[in-house]
Amino acid sequence: MVEQSKATTLVSASNLTCIREERILFDELSFEITEGEIVQIEGPNGAGKTSLLRIIAGLSRPYAGQINFKGEDINRCRDEYNDELLYLGHLAGVKSELTAEENLNFNLRISGYDGFDTREILAKVNLSGFEEALAGHLSAGQHRRTALARLWHTNCKIWLLDEPFTAIDKKGVEELEHLFLAHAQRGGCVILTTHQDMSVIGDDILRKIRLDYRFV
Amino acid sequence: MWKWLHSYADPERAYKLSSTLLPWFATLAIAFIGIGTIWGLGFAPTDYQQGDSYRIIFIHVPAASMSMAAYMGMATCSFIGLVWQIKSADWAAASIAPIGAVITFIALVTGATWGKPMWGTWWVWDARLTSELVLLFLYLGVISLYASFEDKVLAARAAGILAIVGVINIPIIKYSVDWWSSLHQPSTIRITEKSTMSTDMLYPLLINIFGFGLMIAAITLVRFRSEILARNGMRPWVRELAKAEGVK
Amino acid sequence: MKKGISYTQAFGTLLKRDLQIAVRHRGDIFNPLLFFVLVVTLFPLGIGPEPQVLTRVAPGIIWVAALLASMLSLERLFKADYVDGSLEQMLLSPQPLPLMVLAKVLAHWILTGVPLILVAPLLAVLLHLDTNSYGALIATLALGTPVLSLLGAIGVALTVGLRKGGVLLSLLILPLYIPVLIFATSAIDAAGMNLPYDGQLAIIGAMLIGSLTLAPFAIGASLRVSTN
Repeated sequence: MVEQSKATTLVSASNLTCIREERILFDELSFEITEGEIVQIEGPNGAGKTSLLRIIAGLSRPYAGQINFKGEDINRCRDEYNDELLYLGHLAGVKSELTAEENLNFNLRISGYDGFDTREILAKVNLSGFEEALAGHLSAGQHRRTALARLWHTNCKIWLLDEPFTAIDKKGVEELEHLFLAHAQRGGCVILTTHQDMSVIGDDILRKIRLDYRFV
Repeated sequence: MWKWLHSYADPERAYKLSSTLLPWFATLAIAFIGIGTIWGLGFAPTDYQQGDSYRIIFIHVPAASMSMAAYMGMATCSFIGLVWQIKSADWAAASIAPIGAVITFIALVTGATWGKPMWGTWWVWDARLTSELVLLFLYLGVISLYASFEDKVLAARAAGILAIVGVINIPIIKYSVDWWSSLHQPSTIRITEKSTMSTDMLYPLLINIFGFGLMIAAITLVRFRSEILARNGMRPWVRELAKAEGVK
Repeated sequence: MKKGISYTQAFGTLLKRDLQIAVRHRGDIFNPLLFFVLVVTLFPLGIGPEPQVLTRVAPGIIWVAALLASMLSLERLFKADYVDGSLEQMLLSPQPLPLMVLAKVLAHWILTGVPLILVAPLLAVLLHLDTNSYGALIATLALGTPVLSLLGAIGVALTVGLRKGGVLLSLLILPLYIPVLIFATSAIDAAGMNLPYDGQLAIIGAMLIGSLTLAPFAIGASLRVSTN
């Protein structure tokens, strides 16, 4: 508990308003996320979970309000923020024309990493033997794992994951949950959306931000 | 100065300000265009070379000169909207675009009409007409890009970037077209470049140019007001306004 | 975990990836080229086979066809990356966005611009282009097609998120292509008359440098709007 009290704030949102097609998804939304937290954004379909994640990532601009990274507006420190940010959206960012290995290699290098062993990392997501397979020929779950493999080789503190468990089997979900816990213990934070129940991460650890569907 | 500008970035205040300004601009525009046109068409002397057909100049030249000015105005608004994220500026840019396109179209049509008695043909690849045609395409690009996005906040940003890219390119396009036409035109056709224009012709022309500017400003204000209302339909002050005006 | 990728390495990584994908997807290289050849072949059929007439209009035909081919191929520049989410990852990477955009445009130019330059002399033969003009044709295409790719990429970046961006794209970028067209064809004409054409080349070169420095920023800003 001592650790909790001195944990620093990584990401904070102040007075976020998001309007899509003349409909207010959420407004005056403020929160702070500190080191070591695992946060689930929950709510029904269409409530704006993905929109909120994209706003936190800096991909979308909110109608009003701002996101701060360590107290500074992310539009003013985009490079530092991107350096600490790992975002995996609905779309995996995996090229079907490239092999699993080439995909991972590209994703890691473009994030600035050098001198890694792609085979070793792919083994951690059970893709041994599929290194040379074109991503287009992989199953949906393997495709997803190719994208998720980056989580095993990163020192980004802030993980933003939109439905990370889609198409992943039960064992895989558990492995991911363990990974999230370890990441939080190292002083990182995980912000995710999911409709699946988590077995390893209990409600005592998990913090929830609830968005409701609003009829204007 | 920026503080002052920011207070008008608030949609409600922008709406009220434009409502106050609108009657002034409208009245002045009608007065100037009325005087300029009557003077130009009725009282200005007949040109000794072109006869009375030159009188279309009193519509053509104001439209042509304002078509470029309106583009600059639109691009400036877009720039303010993009850099300082002032939404009112975005709406102003969106309001100017169709007006600019229509003015450009008027300049093209009057230019072609003038060409018929002068050159004996409706269309000549004259440098000025060609640049005006390209300008019309640039306007249409901005308008259709703005219309293609459903989210109007994004639409304004996309159209704004295009407008600014266009502004950088306009001088290059204009220069290249001028150069191209001087290269390809065997006989020089000069109609407007008479070194001396009698003051009796010049004054009504200047009055009309000024009047066209005011008219564009007035129509922009009308469109700007409705753009504000359309984009802020969910705000309480718009609903109250609608109630006060008797709209159900 | 070592973070030590330099800007040059990041540029190279992206360039290599795009070339690799294109090689596995050869149609993307050949289709625009085929289109270029076909459009040029249509003109003699439309205006008649007299060599004098063709010689006169050859520079214009080749360049207009090049503009259209460039536009056609550009449409796919960001589409695939947008659809599978790679574009978002590019925007969120710690590397500067204009640099990565430049790598993508360069890859695209290598794949579509260079083949076009190589085929052009062949088409010039079909169109009876003046023999003095071949050098000018190659030079203007070499300097001009990168400008087309850079300017066109702005339009593509603005429309990549739209469902029907194709027709809109031509309205957005063809007006911007006009200066390149004018100076390139005039250089070829001048060469055909044995006149110096280095002035026109210098202007196209200036446009190349201008668009090389400014366009990547405009493309980056446009992509941020499109992925919003």
